[in-house]
Amino acid sequence: MAIGLEHYLILSALLFSIGLYGALAKRNAIVILMSIELMLNAVNIAMVAFSRYVVPTLLTGQVFVIFIMVVAAAEAAVGLAIIIAIYRYRETIDATKINLMKW
Amino acid sequence: MIGLDIAFWILAVIGIIAALAVVLLNDVFRAALSLVLCFLVVAGIYITLSADFLAAVQVLIYVGAISVLIILAIMLTREVQRGSPANRLQIPAFIVALLFLGGVAFAVLNTPWPVSGAPPLEPTTSALAGLLFGEGGFILPVEIAPVLLLAAILGAIVLVREK
Repeated sequence: MAIGLEHYLILSALLFSIGLYGALAKRNAIVILMSIELMLNAVNIAMVAFSRYVVPTLLTGQVFVIFIMVVAAAEAAVGLAIIIAIYRYRETIDATKINLMKW
Repeated sequence: MIGLDIAFWILAVIGIIAALAVVLLNDVFRAALSLVLCFLVVAGIYITLSADFLAAVQVLIYVGAISVLIILAIMLTREVQRGSPANRLQIPAFIVALLFLGGVAFAVLNTPWPVSGAPPLEPTTSALAGLLFGEGGFILPVEIAPVLLLAAILGAIVLVREK
């Protein structure tokens, strides 16, 4: 069976689920951020696969991937800056102990 | 086409193993290195999807910049010794991820996708430039993206500045 759209979508769903598990189940804030990057990459694979197999000559999915990458880069920069700022004040990046805004 | 199939399977297996290593390894630094491997595999997947420009951008931005940023953050916070333990939501998180995977796989395999048999556009760089900057393209989002990046840069500087 030749490789088709479904293979790429299943691969994307697998990577997204692994990232989802990591984002929900980890204590270390940096590992949570890494899992979110994993999820964004999985979505990008799905976008490019749709672009390749459904509209091969329009490239709309690839344009969306470029914008997702821009937002992901901004998110990584701000997220890691927040983590470093929290670490400076509280000496921990354990997400279960950072509960200042919890009620 | 058989070469493409073999490349996809190799990349898929390496990518899933690397992604599992990111969430399962206890050493944060090794998890970050597996994340870099996973980013590289995604670049390879883009090549098998004949998205050459995106593969180059993936290597430049993710493998180059974001991984350096993550490793720098790991170095600046001395949580490496503590590893990356799971919180008490480990089993519910696993069930949620499994349910999500099952739902998506069911939807993907049962939807008749309108797959087009046309050959993909190659190379994609000039076509993407026409879409991003040309008439009736995505010029407004292209103008907004730098504002977002500028805001992110300023925010990051303000957040980590010494008082």
